[in-house]
Amino acid sequence: MSHLDLLQLVIYLGIVLILVKPLGWYIAQIYSGKIWGRELLNNPIEKFFYKLCGIDPQQEMSWREYTTALLLLNLVSWLSIYVLFRIQAYLPLNPEAMPDVAQDLSFNSAASFASNTGWQAYGGETTLSYISQMLSITLQGFLSAATSMCVLMALIRGLVRRETTKLGNFWVDALRSIIYIFLPIAVVYAIALSQQGVIQNFNAYVQVNLIDPFMSTSGPNVEYTTQTLPMGPVASLVAIKQISSIGAGFFNTNSCHPFANPSSVSNLLEMIGLILIPAALCYTFGYLIKQRGHGWMLLSAILIIFIPCTYLTMLAEQMGNPVFDMLGTFQQSNFEGKDLRIGIIDSAIWSATTAASANGSVNCMMDSLMPQSNFLVLLLMHFGEVIFGGVGCGLYGLIFLDIIAVFIAGLMIGRTPEYLGKKIDPYEMKIISLVTLMFPLIILLLSAYACVTDIGRNSILNPGAHGLSEIIYAFTSVFYNNGSAFAGLNVNTTFYNITIGFTMLISRYWTVIAVLALAGSMARKRYVPASIASLSTHNLTFTVLLVCVIVFMGGLTFFPTLSLGPIVEFLSLWRSYAII
Amino acid sequence: MRSSKHTEHPFWDAPILQYAAWQAVKMLLPTYQIKNPIIFTVYVGTILTSGLYVASFFTEINENPGFVFLVSISLWITLYFANFAEALAEGRGKSQARLLQKSRKELTANKLSKPDRNASVTLVDGHQLVTNDLVLVEAGDFIPSDGTVLQGIASVNESAITGESAPVIREAGGDLDSVTGGTQVLSDWLIVRIDSNPGHTFIDHMIELVEDARRKKSSSELSLFIILIALTSVFLLVCATLLPFSIYSVASDQQGVVVTLTSLVALFVCLAPTSIGGLLTAISISGMDRLIQANLIALSPRVVETAGDIDTLILDKTGTITLGNRQAVEFIPLGEISMEHFADAAQLASLADETPEGRSIVVLAKEKYGLRARDLSDIGATFIPFTAQTRMSGANLPGRQIRKGAASAIAQYVQQQGGEYTEEVQNIVDGISRKGGTALVVAEANRVLGVINLKDVVKGGLRERFAQLRAMGIKTIMVTGDNPLTTAAIAAEAGVDDFLADALPEDKLTLIRNLQSEGHLVAMTGDGTNDSPALAQADIAVAMNSGTQAAKEAGNLVDLDSNPTKVIEVVEIGKQLLMTRGALTTFSLANDVSKNFAVLPAALLTTYPILGELNIMRLATPESAILSAVIFNAIILVLLIPSAIHGVRYERLEAATLLRKNALLYGLGGLFVPFIGIKLIDFILVSLKVI
Repeated sequence: MSHLDLLQLVIYLGIVLILVKPLGWYIAQIYSGKIWGRELLNNPIEKFFYKLCGIDPQQEMSWREYTTALLLLNLVSWLSIYVLFRIQAYLPLNPEAMPDVAQDLSFNSAASFASNTGWQAYGGETTLSYISQMLSITLQGFLSAATSMCVLMALIRGLVRRETTKLGNFWVDALRSIIYIFLPIAVVYAIALSQQGVIQNFNAYVQVNLIDPFMSTSGPNVEYTTQTLPMGPVASLVAIKQISSIGAGFFNTNSCHPFANPSSVSNLLEMIGLILIPAALCYTFGYLIKQRGHGWMLLSAILIIFIPCTYLTMLAEQMGNPVFDMLGTFQQSNFEGKDLRIGIIDSAIWSATTAASANGSVNCMMDSLMPQSNFLVLLLMHFGEVIFGGVGCGLYGLIFLDIIAVFIAGLMIGRTPEYLGKKIDPYEMKIISLVTLMFPLIILLLSAYACVTDIGRNSILNPGAHGLSEIIYAFTSVFYNNGSAFAGLNVNTTFYNITIGFTMLISRYWTVIAVLALAGSMARKRYVPASIASLSTHNLTFTVLLVCVIVFMGGLTFFPTLSLGPIVEFLSLWRSYAII
Repeated sequence: MRSSKHTEHPFWDAPILQYAAWQAVKMLLPTYQIKNPIIFTVYVGTILTSGLYVASFFTEINENPGFVFLVSISLWITLYFANFAEALAEGRGKSQARLLQKSRKELTANKLSKPDRNASVTLVDGHQLVTNDLVLVEAGDFIPSDGTVLQGIASVNESAITGESAPVIREAGGDLDSVTGGTQVLSDWLIVRIDSNPGHTFIDHMIELVEDARRKKSSSELSLFIILIALTSVFLLVCATLLPFSIYSVASDQQGVVVTLTSLVALFVCLAPTSIGGLLTAISISGMDRLIQANLIALSPRVVETAGDIDTLILDKTGTITLGNRQAVEFIPLGEISMEHFADAAQLASLADETPEGRSIVVLAKEKYGLRARDLSDIGATFIPFTAQTRMSGANLPGRQIRKGAASAIAQYVQQQGGEYTEEVQNIVDGISRKGGTALVVAEANRVLGVINLKDVVKGGLRERFAQLRAMGIKTIMVTGDNPLTTAAIAAEAGVDDFLADALPEDKLTLIRNLQSEGHLVAMTGDGTNDSPALAQADIAVAMNSGTQAAKEAGNLVDLDSNPTKVIEVVEIGKQLLMTRGALTTFSLANDVSKNFAVLPAALLTTYPILGELNIMRLATPESAILSAVIFNAIILVLLIPSAIHGVRYERLEAATLLRKNALLYGLGGLFVPFIGIKLIDFILVSLKVI
């Protein structure tokens, strides 16, 4: 790999890291309700909404009330998408006259967008009307991401507050997430992207003449001379899908489509969007718990895992498939499934980042990545979507692992477990364990079931180890609310729509309830001040320990399963590498 | 660390080992195994492979029966040693308590009808006594149960409980009125009111605690247990689903053989946190053992762990930090008076003085200036004892009148004799006071000879210990009724972090409350009844066994040795217990990484031969690899038993250093040990042609 290639990674991460502190500070101020000395409650926009909805913004909620409010909003989201998809044929903004969406697919998609997953078992431009695109992905980009942010803020309040049952007001937190955080960033993004050429209109699809007509390669000899170009309100959707971790694309090919990602500038912007808020939240966390060192420590742990994984993905894609060389075919790098405009390096960085950040938008085809990259992107998800992870949810997942690391490190220095000055009791450990247990229960059992039944196996495109990767990838991606598709697996079947739909709902809300319960229990606890006997987490030893816990909990537990998938594929190639 | 007088059980104590060896077999019953879910999963796996081996006699199985047999045996051994560790810890804890229990079983008591020595007496069994029964205990009798002395004074041999052979005085009223069952009255008699019902005495409590450590898990142990169970379940699912995945792979590629049951069981056992899971209970029981062996009785099982979190120690000055009586440390002769002359006069004035101060003057003169003690009558001297009027003592020799006393008393005496009490003398006296000492002025006739510096002597080694505690983040606060000047000097000398002078008993309570409201966890020691409120408030309260019943009830630990510095040991035992858990957990989990590399390629080799590339240890065959890993798993459990029982090496270090050291030792160590161990076992197995 050339220095220039590496420089792309350096510039990319450099820009994100520069933005971490200012954005992180800003987010912290927003949720504290005061910025530059001004009370946010006095903002007329806020006042208007509170009055409109009859909300008393001063009324704080216990964890149960907070959870109830949150689930209510999400239930409404879910139902509204389902209904919308079922009746889209009767709604306006449907120039291509898209018919209603099938029941199982509607269920699956509703679950996908409400849960911030962004899994798409359909092709956007061939299935949805403009109004469906806007009211499902674009709207849920805001609402589902706000939900994640609220959960994180409730958890932080639970950790910071002492001897109280109150975690804040969900409606206030949700409103602020949207109007101060996601909306401004999305507007900036939408304008910048449309300036770069991302389309934004309600026009009907356009027929254009091909410059170079071609003959069909299969079936009867037909000459193709025209192409249909889909239109639509793309810029507004792409903007929010990149920054909200929802990641669901307007087009089937997501950000590979030139109308969604036309230039290298738009590509860079969209890549920054993948991890901008998740990275900044580390600073927000450190700021709010009054231990900035802890926030930076978490970000360092993330980078310690992220950088090598991304680098190796870049390397694998650049090295290409050695079998081609052996066959005498010239293929310098693995260009299969990639857009030449975007190139190897940006495709590889994006793929690793989208896997790490639970976003799930893609700018190349995951299924065509080298097996090493397959392994790495799967691994990045298996770490629990905490290497950046989704907005809000990545950090609360990381806090869970942080608690486990603090627990073990605390024991090693002879202290009973405590996290940020609060004692960790069996109740908290039960919550953490129940979350930890969910992943093998769902991912492994469902994948295993799919592997040995015809309804599962019939959807597999490639047999053998790659087919296993496809199934495990699908369930992993939806379980961690990533939503990126490996492709290769035909998931628009009743079996996959239903199982995947339920996986998204269970994993999302199970975790959300667990986090809020933990927040409620931590908020009630007494605070024990730190002494020099307390565990210091702002040092290299602890950072390495946390990295080990992340790798252990995610990597090691999945290693046996992955060894039958991408590892086998890789080892087969390895011999070929050795020959050339 | 531990005081030398109580005997620690050697690790290889034959009767206890015998007990543990047999108990471990009994514990292989499912009724025992089900209590520990982690070990139970291994148990089920073991039964599966054993069943498979048995089946091989009757039907064709798709595995090598010899291999299945060897794996099964290794798994049984693993289970056996997990039981053994627990039984051993339990046996050690109970053995000391059992000895005591035995001694008291045969005791009979003279039950009195009323608290009068001459009241009617009935002979009853010791264990039939209930609270408020009155018993008469005479010379030679054993005290039948714990109680309070109502009448009489007696010397009591408490060596059965404390290991201290010197008898102690027990008398009615005051702070020495409590007696313990099983101890023997050596002289005189006591009327004792029984304070505990059968089954509620200290010894019963000791035994109960050992049982409790097994039955009830403390909060942090439970938290750890929950994580370990979760991990075990995760690995169970991971290993179980390998079967369908392998079936899929074989069916899809139409080559290879599905992974075998034995391999899956072996993989699971190696991945599950079996070592720590099997040793967890043993570690907890051993923590309790170490308390008992330090002659401490915990009144609640939570105490040991709370002790690990203590960050503030409140220590009495007298008897804890200092020896408790003032000792002469320095002679300061005045003007042209020679040191020999002054030392001689000081010694003469103190020869017949039986107070500790007086004796220390004689000793200092002898040790420092070689002046041997003389008999007053031999040199024709008469002793002038201390009286409240003169506030002096001394000796009259032919032609010499030597007096020693407080500065003001001697000033008056000298001036009466027509002598002069100079400013120089007063300066020396003030200087000594400022440094926390007490000045005794010696005068002969009308002339002041010099000043003796009496000091409260700080116990040896405490300064270093406090410094280490400070490094660990534990603050020491000295509490005393002395004036602030003296206290400050002692505090500086002992190296305590803070002090509270002019303290009344209620001040101690206020101090603890204030510290706790700031979030500190406070430990203290107390013996008197007036300590009780503070003891009840403190997070760790060590009551002296010699103390009053009220103090003992208020505390949550009773120190049978009545050693006021024991509280430091309590804190260290607590920390060590937690560290042992942390260290073994880290070690056990780190092991997983390397064991994965041994078992996984071997287990899945039949499905995808290419996975043999992952055999980075170059183990001979898949069967030898799996067997080596399982044997390693069993051996490591055995090797960890001493660490579990004795606790890991404990060092008083700063938190960050300690974490780095332990993380490297147990984390990195845990990562590499299996690589070496498994390779070695594999080599031996192949050399011996076992497989």
